[in-house]
Amino acid sequence: MTSIDTHQEPFRLGMLLNDTRYRSLTIQVFALAAFILTTAWLVSNTVQNLSALGKDFSFSFLGSRAGYDINQTLVPYTNNSTHARAALVGILNTILIAILGCGLATVIGVLMGVLRLSGNWIVARIAAAYVEGFRNVPVLLWIIAIMAIITESAPAPRAFRGDEASASMLFGAFAVTNRGLYMPWPVLGPGWQLVVLTFLASLAAIVFLRRQARRRQEETGEILPIFWLGTGLFFVPVLLVDALLGGPITLDYPVLERFNFAGGGFVDKALLALWLALSLYTGSYIAEIVRAGILAVPRGQTEAASALGLRPRRVMSLVILPQALRVIVPPLISQYLNLTKNSSLAIAVGYMDVRATLGGITMNQTGRELECMLLLMGFYLLVSLGISSVMNWYNASVALKER
Amino acid sequence: MAPTGSFRREMLEAQAPPAARTGRLRWLQENLFSSWPSALLTLLSLAAILWLVAHVWPWFAHSVWDAGSLTECRAIIRETWGGGASGACFAVIRERWQQFLFGFYPRELYWRPTLAFVLMFAALAPILFAELPRRLRWFAVAFPGIAYWLLWGGPASVPLAVYAGFAIAWLVHRAVAARASELVALVVAVAAMILWWLHLAGPVARALPILELQPVGSSRFGGFTLSLVIGVTGIAFSLPLGILLALGRRSQMFFVTTMCVGFIEFIRGVPLITLLLVASFLLNIFLPPGTNFDIILRVIIMVTLFASAYMAEVIRGGLAALPRGQYEAADALGLDYWKATRLIIMPQALKISIPGIVNTFIGLFKDTTLVAIIGLLDPIGLTTAIRADTNWNGIVWELYGFVALLFFLCCYGMSQYSQYLERKLRTGQR
Repeated sequence: MTSIDTHQEPFRLGMLLNDTRYRSLTIQVFALAAFILTTAWLVSNTVQNLSALGKDFSFSFLGSRAGYDINQTLVPYTNNSTHARAALVGILNTILIAILGCGLATVIGVLMGVLRLSGNWIVARIAAAYVEGFRNVPVLLWIIAIMAIITESAPAPRAFRGDEASASMLFGAFAVTNRGLYMPWPVLGPGWQLVVLTFLASLAAIVFLRRQARRRQEETGEILPIFWLGTGLFFVPVLLVDALLGGPITLDYPVLERFNFAGGGFVDKALLALWLALSLYTGSYIAEIVRAGILAVPRGQTEAASALGLRPRRVMSLVILPQALRVIVPPLISQYLNLTKNSSLAIAVGYMDVRATLGGITMNQTGRELECMLLLMGFYLLVSLGISSVMNWYNASVALKER
Repeated sequence: MAPTGSFRREMLEAQAPPAARTGRLRWLQENLFSSWPSALLTLLSLAAILWLVAHVWPWFAHSVWDAGSLTECRAIIRETWGGGASGACFAVIRERWQQFLFGFYPRELYWRPTLAFVLMFAALAPILFAELPRRLRWFAVAFPGIAYWLLWGGPASVPLAVYAGFAIAWLVHRAVAARASELVALVVAVAAMILWWLHLAGPVARALPILELQPVGSSRFGGFTLSLVIGVTGIAFSLPLGILLALGRRSQMFFVTTMCVGFIEFIRGVPLITLLLVASFLLNIFLPPGTNFDIILRVIIMVTLFASAYMAEVIRGGLAALPRGQYEAADALGLDYWKATRLIIMPQALKISIPGIVNTFIGLFKDTTLVAIIGLLDPIGLTTAIRADTNWNGIVWELYGFVALLFFLCCYGMSQYSQYLERKLRTGQR
């Protein structure tokens, strides 16, 4: 009987280099040492340079007076506010353009993606031309070009004057001018909170109703007329409360005065140009994502669903969409992220986002490049990591449950 | 028994299908008028196209190519085609096209960027098309040095000294590998190369100034030359860097993985413009006091780092998509890590990730326009400068159309090439 020799080689120094069991340890130690040394070198350089420039590292400048004006703000701000306040205004403006842009880009992208798959030759060609045209030209060019087109081609407010005005308002409510868009804006009278609360309550009721209806259908097979009930719940209570309170929420329409429109809401042309450009550009990417997602569902699925006797609408909502969405959503969210990051090009048209306030005027005025850039990058990193953790959560929740 | 009843004794000639089911008519019916909504969409699209053509055609037909300013353009259009006519003023392109292509490069030296541009295709051809002889790839290796020498001028010994570093690394590696292990040889060779570049390359290059060209400063670079210099350099360096990062991210070594993940996620989490701001404001603070190097070089470094993080993710996708059996088969053959990666893993992983890689390249090339925001005069920076000129104040479509067309040609060309490559490399595994 032979015994298996489990003889262990004694450790030698050479094994750190030649034995694959120990070599990865050696490499890691060296990598870590190199990383620490490089970091230390960079930090010591920074300290030396800052002291040579007579600067210190502190964030106290955030509390001092900003001294510059911002044309579009979501929260009260004057040039007497602090730099921190200016940064907040910028952050809110970034979030505003991100939300507006993601919404419009999704609408455009889904529409164009579906049209590109259309059986209609000419419509499919137009959608393809849109996608290729916008994808292959830099977004900065679109932003600047759309801004220039609005500035040069849109009518001035005075073109709306007189009986033979060369421009007219859309539906008597919207005016596209070379300064921006004038539009109706809600005015909140006393008791408006009640109307909003009623609206939110009816939304909650609709969600509850749908759940009940689904449970009932699964238990008994009975289908409730959910659509009409939902529509009724959406409109009736709000209109009723509004009428009872005497219409606390009214619309204020823009009216042409001596030099300009007054009243109503105003969207600056910078925001308008940025919004359109980012949405059209990102929309072309979303169109491709939607197209790929729909194509990724095998034809057999459609045919099998039809064979089961489902109607085309149900085939779409119960079979195709759930499978297509699993493919579509992750790249869609990363496009949203790209749109948010691309909104940092706002400075090209003078829209004051966080890059233009904190990373622009504040940085130039205070000379705190290091601190400002750290805060700016931190903000964008926070947004990115937040969105990608949402994406990971979604991926995990829709992943195929394989056993 | 003979069949009864009426039956035919002779064959009928085959008949042509009904007119509505063949040829153009059928195509029209199937593709444009298959149903009422489809017919409506077709008519709407045709109306939109007609409207567009009706507006754009006269604009092109009434274009002016020879004028000194926008007002002059408009006067000429009014004289020739009457008061209400609108027309393009391509005179601005005619006046400024050299600036768009070369920036502020000295006029008598235009041949140098042009030659570098032509040579770029000669260098790319053996990489892009496998039918060409492999030996031509040495020219692709030599091209970066030649391009640097042509674009910036100065003595040819500078790029030669840089190449000498690689040669020294190779020689040292060969000498050491004969005596010690592969890893030691690699480390010593890299150390020798860096020492040569840091301390010896400069003095040697200065001591032997051969083939000196008139030097041109970076401040004179602009227009498409600038975009191409940043874009091509970024593309060339981001691919190898991206491969290394992707391998690092997938490696078993904890610290290496952590560093790669940290780098990739950091870069992907911030917009490129913040990195460019770091390049223009902060890089000098991080480097030893007194260091000051070229803004274009700083931008290239940042753009390369930015693209390499995206590239790493694309290649990681390709590595993950490769069946596990390939890794195991490579191990079973007894190949070590680098050989397995080079010979088995990477060729397949890169093939899978071609669409993503080319998309990253296209994105990088488009992103070179962001340098306009930190004040470099790339084509978009130039349009802003031209629109600020009193002669051309108010011009829109002609300028942006021209720049958009140039970018479209480059990017569309790249995406078409990637589709060709995908078709060619499809080895029919499914």
